[in-house]
Amino acid sequence: MQTLTEASRQPDSAEWDGPKIRYDLAKEFVIALVVVALLAIVLAVVFSSPDERPVTIRQWSQATPGDFLATSATELDGSSGVAGYGPPYNNTKGAGQKIFFLYPQQWVGVHLPVDTAQDFVLGPLQVDAKNDPTLQGELATYNAASSDQQAHWTSAYEKGLDKVTFSGSSVVLPAGDYGPVAPMLGSLLTMARTGSLDAVLLSSPQFYGTDYTKPLLFIADGSYLADKAQAQHLAGDQWGMMNETGNFPGQAWLWLYTMWYQISPFSSSGNADALVWSIMMLLSLGLVLLPFIPGLRDIPRAVPVYRLIWRDHYRRLAEERPTTTR
Amino acid sequence: MTSTVAPPGGRPAGAASGRSWTGALRDAAMRALPPEKLLPEEQPSYVASWVYVFGVLTLAAFVVILVSGVVLVWRGPSWWHQSKAGLFFNSIHLWSVELFFFFMVLHLWGKFFMAAWRGNRRLTWITGVVSFLVSIGCAFTGYLSQQNFDSQWISTQAKDGLNSVGVGAFFNVLNFGQMLLWHVLLLPVGIAALVGLHLLMVRHRGVVRPLPDRTMRRARAGAAADGPGR
Repeated sequence: MQTLTEASRQPDSAEWDGPKIRYDLAKEFVIALVVVALLAIVLAVVFSSPDERPVTIRQWSQATPGDFLATSATELDGSSGVAGYGPPYNNTKGAGQKIFFLYPQQWVGVHLPVDTAQDFVLGPLQVDAKNDPTLQGELATYNAASSDQQAHWTSAYEKGLDKVTFSGSSVVLPAGDYGPVAPMLGSLLTMARTGSLDAVLLSSPQFYGTDYTKPLLFIADGSYLADKAQAQHLAGDQWGMMNETGNFPGQAWLWLYTMWYQISPFSSSGNADALVWSIMMLLSLGLVLLPFIPGLRDIPRAVPVYRLIWRDHYRRLAEERPTTTR
Repeated sequence: MTSTVAPPGGRPAGAASGRSWTGALRDAAMRALPPEKLLPEEQPSYVASWVYVFGVLTLAAFVVILVSGVVLVWRGPSWWHQSKAGLFFNSIHLWSVELFFFFMVLHLWGKFFMAAWRGNRRLTWITGVVSFLVSIGCAFTGYLSQQNFDSQWISTQAKDGLNSVGVGAFFNVLNFGQMLLWHVLLLPVGIAALVGLHLLMVRHRGVVRPLPDRTMRRARAGAAADGPGR
């Protein structure tokens, strides 16, 4: 066996042939497991975990019917966030983010097709219309109209919503040329308030369903979900990824990812997501390949943290050297 | 079936013409990790710092995550919303994840400042960092699988980032079934495989030796320059 000094002079790849100490790996692991398990149990008992009930369309339409109607109108006329989103939901021209001259969002195309008018408004109303001849007639009128006429009705309706009031279950709009749009969306609001719109949007053609893409996109197009999140400090410009409902810690390990959204130009860029993701992918790759990057891999030699970590080793080495070099 | 008949007390027939794959694999494994190297009872004398504890604490937290996760899987995704016992196990799951990342980040920083990739240990570093990145994905899908307001908000926000780089079309964060299966199967298996490989690499190469201390070298150089008569 070599002395500490001799062993320390060997290259990094050489097997250590210097002094050794007894080290019980199995015992260390069992102690660590017991400590961590107890710590997790204590934290669970003291703090529990958050579980705020999900937002339903029923809840949304009852709490803020004006927002629900305004969102539904934009889904119908194709001016909503999802309607103009682009891939993977639809082929809206010019939509989608880019990374300088790269358009990965456009390249993948439409994989999860969403037709907001049909999926969120007309389709559910057709289900309801099976037992409502009046609604059947309104839908027929709307579908038979030209797209210009449809746009005229929805545009007038969206303006009318600025002065909408609610009296019990009735929607009270100022006089206007709304065509069938007002009664159609009134029926949709009734469906939403009773919970049947939740059921229709969640229903799956094969009975069992686990895909919530469409109802979540519809809810997220409104303001109700975002307002609730804002109140809980969960929004993107509130370092939301690191927060949780209540005062629980969130995904604190995403601090760097969420930091970019707080600073310019990302805080105001229309391509912020694509740019931040690109940066984070590059940084992650840099971390993975750190041992191969000159300069970065040399930082530990320049920062004396290692002297703190191995201070006992260096002390023993200093004690041994006068005798071995004599 | 590939089999040969072994003569009494000898190697299998055909062994002379070439090694069996199984034998070659066993020999390679034994060369890389003989039992005394796989589970040693001694470590180099420099392995004496609290920084070495964070790795094993990370591993311990991972085991607690797996055990509490298995309990949650056993009763299904709705159980923890409906029972106090379920909420308790979900809480253990959550806090063990928080501890896991806390210890893992300290372990990562520790290994960075030790330049632990030295001496042909680059793959050990790479498997460790990739484990960290996959763990972030696993925790993220866990948040998406909670079936509560958090899941709704996180998924509807996260979709934009994933869609912007073309990933959302294939990894749909709004699809609860897809996220749950990634969370309970694909990603944990990936982490377990990476962590297993990482541990084998640590045992194969051993714990990286200390960096040469520049302060000591400078002090020695200074003493030599001053001469023995100082």
